[in-house]
Amino acid sequence: MLLSGWFIALLATGYLALLFAVARFGDARADAGKSIISANVYALSLAVYCTSWTFYGSVGRATSGGLSFLTIYIGPTLMLLFAGVILKMVRISKVHRITSIADFIASRYGKSQLLAGLVTVIAVVGVVPYIALQLKAISASLAVLFAQAGNDLFPWWLDTTFLIAIVLALFTIWFGTRHLDATERHEGMVAAVAFESVVKLFAFIAVGLFVTYGIFGGLGDLFQRAAASPELARLFSLDSGRAGTWTAMVLLSGLAIIFLPRQFQIIVVENVDESHLRRAVWLFPLYLLLINIFVLPIALGGLLHFQGQAVNPDTFVLTLPLAHGAQGLALLVFIGGLSAATGMVIVETIALSTMVCNDLVMPWLLRSTWLQAEKRQDLSGLLIGIRRAAIALILLLGYIYFRAAGEAYALVGIGLISFAAVAQFAPAMFGGMYWKQGTRAGAVAGLLGGFAVWLYTLLLPSFAKSHWIGGGFVEDGLLGVGWLKAQALFGLAGLDEISHCLLWSLFANIGLYVVVSLNSRPDATEARQAERFVDIFRHAGRETDARLWRGSASVEQLVALLERFLGPARARQQMASYAASRQIADWKKMSADADFVHFAEAELAGAIGSASARVMVASVAQEEDLGLDEVLDILDEATQVRAYSRELEVKQHELQAATGELRAANDRLRELDRMKDDFISTVTHELRTPLTSIRALSEMLHDDPRLELSDRKRFLGIIVNEAERLTRLINQILDMAKLESGRAEWTTGEVDIGEVVREAMDALGQLFRDKAVALEGDIPASGPVVLADRDRLTQVMINLLSNAVKFVPGGTGRVQVRVAVAGQRVRVEVADNGPGLTAEECNVIFEKFRQGGNTLTDKPQGTGLGLPISRQIVEYFGGNLWVESRPGAGANFIFTVPLPASEE
Amino acid sequence: MGKKILIVDDEPNIIISLEFLMKKEGFEIAVAGDGDEALAKVASFAPDLVLLDVMMPKKSGYEVCEALRADPARAGLLIVMLTAKGRDTEVAKGLAIGADAYVTKPFSTKELVAKVKGMLGVA
Repeated sequence: MLLSGWFIALLATGYLALLFAVARFGDARADAGKSIISANVYALSLAVYCTSWTFYGSVGRATSGGLSFLTIYIGPTLMLLFAGVILKMVRISKVHRITSIADFIASRYGKSQLLAGLVTVIAVVGVVPYIALQLKAISASLAVLFAQAGNDLFPWWLDTTFLIAIVLALFTIWFGTRHLDATERHEGMVAAVAFESVVKLFAFIAVGLFVTYGIFGGLGDLFQRAAASPELARLFSLDSGRAGTWTAMVLLSGLAIIFLPRQFQIIVVENVDESHLRRAVWLFPLYLLLINIFVLPIALGGLLHFQGQAVNPDTFVLTLPLAHGAQGLALLVFIGGLSAATGMVIVETIALSTMVCNDLVMPWLLRSTWLQAEKRQDLSGLLIGIRRAAIALILLLGYIYFRAAGEAYALVGIGLISFAAVAQFAPAMFGGMYWKQGTRAGAVAGLLGGFAVWLYTLLLPSFAKSHWIGGGFVEDGLLGVGWLKAQALFGLAGLDEISHCLLWSLFANIGLYVVVSLNSRPDATEARQAERFVDIFRHAGRETDARLWRGSASVEQLVALLERFLGPARARQQMASYAASRQIADWKKMSADADFVHFAEAELAGAIGSASARVMVASVAQEEDLGLDEVLDILDEATQVRAYSRELEVKQHELQAATGELRAANDRLRELDRMKDDFISTVTHELRTPLTSIRALSEMLHDDPRLELSDRKRFLGIIVNEAERLTRLINQILDMAKLESGRAEWTTGEVDIGEVVREAMDALGQLFRDKAVALEGDIPASGPVVLADRDRLTQVMINLLSNAVKFVPGGTGRVQVRVAVAGQRVRVEVADNGPGLTAEECNVIFEKFRQGGNTLTDKPQGTGLGLPISRQIVEYFGGNLWVESRPGAGANFIFTVPLPASEE
Repeated sequence: MGKKILIVDDEPNIIISLEFLMKKEGFEIAVAGDGDEALAKVASFAPDLVLLDVMMPKKSGYEVCEALRADPARAGLLIVMLTAKGRDTEVAKGLAIGADAYVTKPFSTKELVAKVKGMLGVA
């Protein structure tokens, strides 16, 4: 028979042994540096959230509250959406080697031992009954199985629940206290917890499938039958009247997923890789969804099946299979429930024992004279001993509470009561992470206020309902004062007890935290920690930290301290790895600088908590007290340094840009210099050419008096021409230089362009007639008037006309001049029937000293400056000068000058 | 038999003065107005010396000089570069590509005559 007592005991023991093996394997792999904690394992380990309270209790809740059991799963799902908040928590904890939620809060508010102790007390008071609930769940499930089997295993005097507590204590001690350093993760434990998560999910889905498809004819059948009963139909409708409860429950469970000590342990302390969070964000909600799918079907199935019988709905998952003879399935469910309970108890007690050891026992021990007397002793063994004792004590407390409470209300409702207790950590935690002004005084006041309200409105009334204390303060208010009724404070009635407590406790908590924070001044340590927590992502380097410590210490003393608390072997190992990170071969040669002191303190914090670590380091180092103002100055300076470095970066960019511009400007200058050089070289050439003829011919005339008269006349003619050419050249060069430098003098007035053009044509008339070139004009009688310099315009016209006559063939040559108004401009064209220009020449001829080739004469008479000068002049008046031409099709030089803006 | 000189320049007035100057000294003269014509005249006229202007249309004096020096049949031809650009780099360039002498414009007629006579070995 499967359900014999011996077999059940054997099965449970075998399962625990399997967990041992999994944990052992995880630890072995961790020691070998091959961690098995993957993103999936991490996400599954979060499901330690699903305890036996939910494994058995969800069905129970569903039988009375319908879908409301879902709220405690919706909250965590929503909370995980704020992955950034959790990530910041993880990062802060890693940097500061945080060991627990108490350590986190204490460290943030100036490494306060008072605050650490307070958080620990709240956590222990809030969570120990929850542990009792797990013992009850195991005990109840055993009772169901044994009722079936007949309890023939244990003698009447041996309490199975006590036995379970002892086994769990031993199990947890073995799991959780292998190493001292709490930030040294318990990878074996995490692996075992993830394994248990899989087992409980598997068991729950198995029983769900059995009930839905084995007992009933599927979901449709189940819901149809339930719908037939008005009492059951109520369960799967959403009751809007309970919306307040829903909101409170979602908020409560959302906070619990982070702030329950075991959840903080798993999510934050045991996190090995921040990227694992990304997986958990969807995998954990998926897990919650899967484990909840069959809650309502099982609840409905149980109610339908056991109609009229007094069967506890919390045990439906066991009693339904048993009622149908599925003993194997019942045993699987038992193992699933055992998984849920042991997972919770192990992680919770480890987390609580760390807090009790570091934040309650250590501060007291460090002050005691007994410890002073044992100065030289290695204390690591003592610390482990304290933790082991704390684990045993917490489980003992849980057992005592279970014994005392029994079936009383105080136990059944404790799950949510625990949630409400740890929700009190939220203001101090979130405020500490995002609000630098939050102070220790504010955190203490908020926690005390919230905790007091929680005690008065939730825990004590639950005691009263169990008839342990008088219920007067609930019924009539404290001392008969009406508005002090415990569950209708200030007359706020109509809410359920959880919503009521949450509203008032968080109101008191947040109010006191904010008001007291704003009215208190942090001390130096607090201000520093506030900065380091809130700006954790910016304070990556150690520089600021190092600057915030001044004093002197000896390496020997600090190492002695580490050896005392970590044990000599581990201390040396840590020292060696620190030395290696600083590139120092031998740690004995290090100096006790600020950085080293920080390292030592962080190592100690990992073992005994940040508050105690601070006290210990202060006891061996001669520290200079930095005043608050000084700390703020340094932090300010650090902020400024960041601002400066950003500014520097900007400046550097600007500098690079400026350098680039300078280089470009330099290149331009060099190019200009080269052009000037070329220009001078060209000018020199242009000047030397006529000079060559003049000198050669004059020398010959001078040297040879017998030269024939005709030669003399010819040479003198050439000399005169070349001298004229030289004069013209010099004048034009000077003109060009004046135009280019902007020093030219302009006499601007109203000029009749038609008149200017006619005068220029008249002036050059003889030249055209000499070469027999036709000159025709198409000019308005009274030409358009523009604002310009009359002489300069004449200069342009003469240049264009003399160019034209130069390039057209004598006899057949023809030059046409047109003046017209086009839009807002006067357009003047000088068209010839000469050889024309190539596209390239059309541009080149406007450059200095670049005369058009392909001329009819061998060498065009001209300086090569006429067109560049003309273009400068026209552009000065706001116009353009260009040429339109094709080889063989003549050239058409065109310039425009804008008409003055009409002032109509 | 008198020595033959080819005068190459794109400035007609310079050609006039050089031609007159050299004829008076008894040389046989031919003239060319650009680089292409110069190469043609060297072939047809077979001068002993070329007075070669640098800045000319079509083909510069440098190009003409290079072409002449590349022709082994003209190995004995003397080349005097004439230029209005007096920069050292240009003098160096002219001599580097094989000119025998380099004269800067405006030049002294007496010196030019003396230089040409000296190069041709005419007393």
